[in-house]
Amino acid sequence: MTTTAEPTTELGKARTRKEDARLITGRTRYTDAITPHGTLHMFVVRSPIAHATITSVDKSAAEAAPGVLGVFTAADLGVEAVGLPCAWPITPDMKSPQRPLLATGTVHFAGEGVAVVVARTPAEARDAADLVEIDYDPLEPVLDMEAALADGATLVHPDLGTNENATWVFDSGAAGTGGSVDEAIAAAEADPDSIVLKRRFRQQRLIPAFMEPRSCVVDPTGEQITVWAATQVPHILRTMTTVTLGVPEAKLRVIAPDVGGGFGGKIGVLPEEMLCVALAQRLNKPVKWTETRSESLLAAHHGRDQIQDITITAKKDGTVTGLDVHLLADMGAYLGLVGPGVPILGAFMFNAIYKFPALKFTCTNVFTTKTLTDAYRGAGRPEATFAIERIMDELAVELGRDPMDLRKQNWIAHEEFPFTTVVGLTYDTGNYEQATEQAMATFDYAGLRREQEERRARGDKVQLGIGISTFTEMCGLAPSRVLGSLAYGAGGWEAASIRMLATGKVEVVTGSSAHGQGHETAFSQIVADQLGVPFEDVEILHGDTQISPKGLDTYGSRSLAVGGIAIVKAADKVIAKAKKLAAHLLEASEDDIEFNAGQFTVRGTDKGKAIQELAFAAFMAHDYPEDMEPSLDAEAVYDPENFSFPHGTHLAAMEVDTETGKVALRRYVCVDDIGNVVNPLIAEGQVHGGLAQGIAQALFEEANYDDQGTLVNGTFVDYTLPSAADLPSFESSTVSTPSTSNPLGVKGVGEAGTIASTPAIVNGVIDALRHLGVTEVEMPTTSQRVWRAIQEAQGRSTQETPVDTHSPGAGLGSIDPNNPQGEVQ
Amino acid sequence: MIPAKFDYVRPSSVDEAVAALRDAGEDAKILAGGQSLLPVLRLRLAAPSVIIDLGGIADLRRIAEDGDRIAIGAMAPHHDVMRDDLVKQHVSLLSQATATVADPQVRHRGTLGGALAHADPAGDLGAVALALDAEFVIAGASGTRTVPASEFFVDYFTTAIGEGEILTQVRFPKYTGWATHYEKFNRTAQAWSMCAVAVALRIDGGSIAEARVGLTNMGTTPIRASGVEAALVGQQANEDSARAAAEHATEGTAAPSDADAASDYREHLARVLTGRAVLAAAG
Ligand SMILES: Cc1cc2nc3c(=O)[nH]c(=O)nc-3n(C[C@H](O)[C@H](O)[C@H](O)COP(=O)(O)OP(=O)(O)OC[C@H]3O[C@@H](n4cnc5c(N)ncnc54)[C@H](O)[C@@H]3O)c2cc1C
Repeated sequence: MTTTAEPTTELGKARTRKEDARLITGRTRYTDAITPHGTLHMFVVRSPIAHATITSVDKSAAEAAPGVLGVFTAADLGVEAVGLPCAWPITPDMKSPQRPLLATGTVHFAGEGVAVVVARTPAEARDAADLVEIDYDPLEPVLDMEAALADGATLVHPDLGTNENATWVFDSGAAGTGGSVDEAIAAAEADPDSIVLKRRFRQQRLIPAFMEPRSCVVDPTGEQITVWAATQVPHILRTMTTVTLGVPEAKLRVIAPDVGGGFGGKIGVLPEEMLCVALAQRLNKPVKWTETRSESLLAAHHGRDQIQDITITAKKDGTVTGLDVHLLADMGAYLGLVGPGVPILGAFMFNAIYKFPALKFTCTNVFTTKTLTDAYRGAGRPEATFAIERIMDELAVELGRDPMDLRKQNWIAHEEFPFTTVVGLTYDTGNYEQATEQAMATFDYAGLRREQEERRARGDKVQLGIGISTFTEMCGLAPSRVLGSLAYGAGGWEAASIRMLATGKVEVVTGSSAHGQGHETAFSQIVADQLGVPFEDVEILHGDTQISPKGLDTYGSRSLAVGGIAIVKAADKVIAKAKKLAAHLLEASEDDIEFNAGQFTVRGTDKGKAIQELAFAAFMAHDYPEDMEPSLDAEAVYDPENFSFPHGTHLAAMEVDTETGKVALRRYVCVDDIGNVVNPLIAEGQVHGGLAQGIAQALFEEANYDDQGTLVNGTFVDYTLPSAADLPSFESSTVSTPSTSNPLGVKGVGEAGTIASTPAIVNGVIDALRHLGVTEVEMPTTSQRVWRAIQEAQGRSTQETPVDTHSPGAGLGSIDPNNPQGEVQ
Repeated sequence: MIPAKFDYVRPSSVDEAVAALRDAGEDAKILAGGQSLLPVLRLRLAAPSVIIDLGGIADLRRIAEDGDRIAIGAMAPHHDVMRDDLVKQHVSLLSQATATVADPQVRHRGTLGGALAHADPAGDLGAVALALDAEFVIAGASGTRTVPASEFFVDYFTTAIGEGEILTQVRFPKYTGWATHYEKFNRTAQAWSMCAVAVALRIDGGSIAEARVGLTNMGTTPIRASGVEAALVGQQANEDSARAAAEHATEGTAAPSDADAASDYREHLARVLTGRAVLAAAG
């Protein structure tokens, strides 16, 4: 972080987070710690098989077990016809299967619920679940996307007649935002001074792996049914509960207490949440569900999982002329709340920072018998960024160019902003030159290239690679009209209100729903500046539909760029009201009142009132203007005009041990342009966490299924998350080209690190090995994959790797939880 | 975590523990640091009726010099073993290997005895005990017996500890002044070994007088790399001799295949790591 003098405004102050004391000491209550009197506990009996007909369910032994109040299938609850919502029908003819609360007839992925046990204690529910006898008749699992689309493939949902969910196309030629890619490719093929380059990249399946498992408690005993849920989206959950179960919206109160992470993994509307509502209503008692870690890995939605076929055309002088993108995206067995739209969010980002004259994007979503996929940090944009940043490196190699020079030649120059891209988005501001120069200088790019040459020349067993990613992304979801044009089932506005309390303290209600981001601190800083009150006097309220009745919650790096601006708009209204009241009390014209740092003064005099005095005067209401209500409180709904477009230059120095294949990240330098920064400490934290997650995709994480469709990574034994010990100290800093699309000049930062880092790492790994003949290593680039890639490039054949076999990892050593052969009796 | 139901006893002496084991019968399970047992219980891969917690027997945590041996109580946590001065001085290989086990939290809970009794082929300490010819003191209803390391590891998760018996102590001969190194290779920094090599060398006047080499995760039990040892003895400790000896690293192994490493890659790793371990030990 660059150090600067402590700013005099709250904006820019690196405050530590005020919410941390309660979070770090464990004083707060997460959902699982909320237990209304008389709470019953639900446990879900899940299918161990990916695809099967349920032939019988014998509940008798479980029903007779101690403490059990009941064992229920969908039929027992009368919810067979209920389907969970998908809010993003990407095409009019999109195929959408019913996503049931519990499987009836057929199970479609391993981990799908078939029955629930309700008991007095969590332990009794868990014990009884082992006694539910379910017989299955296995069906063929559907695991490979390309095979699933072939003629005669086994169908996940036979009634749909196909495994294809939808095909979504954007063609800049047809849209009138650019040229035709088909023509660009034909022209390049015919032109000896052009090249056409094709590559296939794979986005492996990932698991969001939030720290707090999903959990909900439903209390039906009041006038409103109260739902506590570990969710990112309490407001959406309320509306969707009404849509799903028909409970009137006004009869529902949804509370997201402190939530321990989400990363997109908690934006869903869960079958378990709906089951708890149905059970609570039926049993007239509070019902709680908290998943185990294994259930979370198995059944909470996964992310990514795409095959990307990319064709780029360019002049031999390096000028890019076209980009053709073909994606296959694995939806899993059902559609999540926004699942089908996730790859589409990437459609507009493949051109990234470059001036492509033509772009075509074709995405086919595919059903398989795997856990469904949905939003995961970056949602669509990491995939796009990976593909474009990887292929820019490939193009550079093909043309014999330095990869940074080639990027520079094609990117939008600072003076060209605002710039309307080939997909029709208008990037308001950006300065790729500035971020790049700073990053290259910090990194000592030239020095590392020299070291790389030396290592190559002396055949060092540890080779050095330099990875580049000059990313941008669109965030701050989203202008409602844009969402409408994409058939998204909601708007993109955010709501806020401000209450001036009698004693001058300020309560701010936001529709954003923090789950680890530090909103309470950052938003307090904004309000302190806007209203001129002390930071300590501002309280941020959120996450309870009784307190914050209106909102669209937190995802897509929208909280500051949309929710924060709604707060600014509400503050503007408070100030307008206070000004009027001040003029009245000071017997001056409103035009003569100046507002500065919490003081309303009559121009040219020392007469004035503090905002706190005005709040008190409004509360007393003894003396106020005729045409005004006695209140300074205000609310606002802000619908953004545009996305925000953070960007940055990320550089990774990768060391690859060519003997063992081990990859080590030696240095990571990034310079992000996120516009004005409210709190540099929080922004840096977001970047660091984002980097760890994006680097993890490149190096460590992968969710695999065996040939029967069983998830192999059912515990953190096998789903190898990195720890701090796996990562270097990041050298991150920021530069600022303020956004012109919002009054704070801010851009989103929550996903930037994740979006940018993955291609930087993989480009670095391949750069280290390129001279050995290696052109591609699939993610994660494990030591074994790297070693095999080197062997193959050198013409040595090696053995097949069994992807479906458990490997030693934290906790369980070499015990395979799916196949505990040889384990202690 | 919700394991299947079990009874819990916490004896305060080895005799009481042996009696509790006898009373409980074959369904009993001993609890040491719980770092391997608890995950197994959590996933319900085991459902013992009684858990006998050795945590109340203070004697079992002791690390002491006993003539020409260092005697380590089965319940000594990894953290203690790794930092103990006696261990560092006389059994440095054990100290080095223990430092590579997991993370500080696991090392504060997990125990030497628990790790060896568990006998996970991916565990790091078995190869050390085997290479260094440790002795295992095992208590049962009929008294105490001592088993050499060469007979202790029987199979995947199976040791010479019989039903009704408890491992009480592990005794290491002194290797004072030996050059040692534990070379571990794993997927993430704090994970179990995909493959690892334990090396102890007695170097006399620049040449290797004695060599002891153990392999982790190259079979169903830890493996003594006798071929490597033989190739090293009498050699100068240098790049050439290390590489030549490392060619013997896969003799007598049966490398497992899993997602992180198919057997050919594991064998390759065993050779590379053996060479590196020998050089690192020799300094
Ligand atoms: C996240 C994580 C990472 C790990 N990484 C590594 C690693 O990198 N390398 C490594 O070697 N290990 C690793 N471990 C395992 C760790 O070393 C454990 O300490 C060890 O495997 C078991 O020791 P424990 O004391 O916890 O035994 P417990 O878990 O209590 O017991 C293990 C088994 O041994 C039996 N047992 C225990 N003590 C005795 C005794 N005195 N007599 C008879 N039977 C007994 C128990 O009944 C049980 O079956 C890891 C563990 C975790 C949780």
